[in-house]
Amino acid sequence: MIKMNGIRKLYATGKVAVEALKGLDLELKGGEFVSIVGPSGSGKSTLMNIVGCLDTPSEGEFFLDGERVDQFNGNQLAEVRNKKIGFVFQNFNLLPYATAYENVELPMIFAGAPQKERKETVTRLLTRVGLGDRMDHKPTELSGGEMQRVAIARALANSPKLILADEPTGNLDSHSGAEIMGIFEELWKSGTTILMITHDPNIAKRTKRTIMIKDGVIVTSLNGNGNGSSSHE
Amino acid sequence: MQLTSLKLYMKQFLHDLRAQKLRTFLTLVGLSWGTVTVICLLAFGYGLQNNQQEQMKGLGDNIVIMWASNTSKPYAGYPKGRWFGFVPDDIKMMRQNIPDLEAVSGEFQRGNITIRNGRKSKLIQISGVDPEFAPMRTIVPEDGGRFLNDIDVNDKRRVIFLGNDLRDEIFGEGIDPVGKAVLIDNVPYTVVGVMVKKKQDSSYSGRDKDKGFVPATTFQSTYGDRYLDNIVFRAKTLEIHKQAVDRTYETFAKRYKFDPTDREALSMWDTVEDNGFMVFFVAMRLFVGFVGFMTLMVGGIGLANIMYVVVEERTKEIGIKMALGAKKGFVLFGFIFETLILTTIGGGIGYGIAQLIISLAPMMNIKDYVGTPTLSLQDKLAVVAILGFIGFMASFFPARRAANMNPVQALKL
Repeated sequence: MIKMNGIRKLYATGKVAVEALKGLDLELKGGEFVSIVGPSGSGKSTLMNIVGCLDTPSEGEFFLDGERVDQFNGNQLAEVRNKKIGFVFQNFNLLPYATAYENVELPMIFAGAPQKERKETVTRLLTRVGLGDRMDHKPTELSGGEMQRVAIARALANSPKLILADEPTGNLDSHSGAEIMGIFEELWKSGTTILMITHDPNIAKRTKRTIMIKDGVIVTSLNGNGNGSSSHE
Repeated sequence: MQLTSLKLYMKQFLHDLRAQKLRTFLTLVGLSWGTVTVICLLAFGYGLQNNQQEQMKGLGDNIVIMWASNTSKPYAGYPKGRWFGFVPDDIKMMRQNIPDLEAVSGEFQRGNITIRNGRKSKLIQISGVDPEFAPMRTIVPEDGGRFLNDIDVNDKRRVIFLGNDLRDEIFGEGIDPVGKAVLIDNVPYTVVGVMVKKKQDSSYSGRDKDKGFVPATTFQSTYGDRYLDNIVFRAKTLEIHKQAVDRTYETFAKRYKFDPTDREALSMWDTVEDNGFMVFFVAMRLFVGFVGFMTLMVGGIGLANIMYVVVEERTKEIGIKMALGAKKGFVLFGFIFETLILTTIGGGIGYGIAQLIISLAPMMNIKDYVGTPTLSLQDKLAVVAILGFIGFMASFFPARRAANMNPVQALKL
């Protein structure tokens, strides 16, 4: 699903160039449920941006779903984001003036899906995350947990191969957070590949593999319940 | 897809409209103000030009008024400074020798002539002319009457055509005097027609509205004048106008034996040359349009500034849409669409206000001075083009900034 070789990312801040990723290799198979942990400034956000095709690496090869995407231009990357990746953000990032229904519909509009298909899919997805009765509500009329569920439904709209979640429970109380994690686990069981950034060792424990990143390189990659990663925190 | 995108753009636009009522209102005021200015400037300019054209036609429509004068060059043994005069035969000669002419008429003139109807009398100016005089001078008879005709001329009939103000004074306003008799220096004349009121801002011997017109032949046999005061003529088309004038010089030079290059021998008032004045009007309208354009430009700059602010405000939304797969074109077109909608609304309001001003203007009784402001189709198209141009320019640069955003930075990830 994901194959990265020697990924480097340089940021030019003034006269000094900062190297956020220093020759990182990563491989992710289809159907995996992986968490990325690491301290602030370790480069995990940069890695997420590149994996999510929001940014391109300065050096290195990046294959996504068998396609080399590190040289893609803006519109090609937009197409990849639209069709192959679903984003779930810490702060939900819903359009404030649009209803839950319209927010979920948005990626399908960009994909050019016909009206009938959109209606069917959006209704099915919102029902699946338990918001079948709140489709006409705007984000301000929803709780944090509900907003994140809308965001997950939106991430699934174009049936992507990969779900990228950046601290998806970071802004939620523990109860809502647990509910959201339940939804992710369900998604994983139904065959979706999930890559998640988190600070929370308890969250990381619930994923099937934990990758620890520090100073721009991967330091450990543990299978199972990832006890090692929590000790590094 | 297209329709869905438009709905999405529209939703965003309406959301902004609600959230930023005052800002939107002020932007629209700027655009409307500019539009009103452009339209009013163009419409009043056009009205003024039309008014001027009509005034000039009052004297004559592309005519030449010609007087005999003194020669200024010695020629064929004659000294310079020799005087000669036009006689009625010259008119026949012109008709025969100058095929470029559409109409030609001699004109006898005499002032201090008493016209009397019952107890009302007045001292007036009389012109003795040919029937062709009327169309050249834009003289149109009121319903129920006519101008002088060939029979009047051939039979030297004692008939008179009255200027409209003269009729008002001698018969009373609105009274139809056709068929009635008036005394001209105690000789009875039958009134055959009255002139329809016309605009006339220039003349060489008083306005036509105050005059009486009688057949040239009648005039000559009554007063015994040998020489015509002047000749009025018009070429068949404007293209051959200059040629007709040259032919007239040549023909008269031959007949009265003066140097054909002696331009002072015949003194001409060429109203076609006065049309050069129209070039001034075109230049004035271009200038006025330019001033309006600049005014509207100020509104456009305001709009562009607002759109930059809107792009700033929507940075995060743009980031969200990009993360979800919106391409550059979608973001770009969204902003252009919104700006064009604002421009259309602002322009529409401005157009409405301007139309109101234009339709109210005639009530201010300024028609005689500035004419009736009119918005020509050409000007309408120009306003639409200017608005479109300004709207596009005001939207393009902010929209491009939005479309070129880096999604990572826009989302502040």
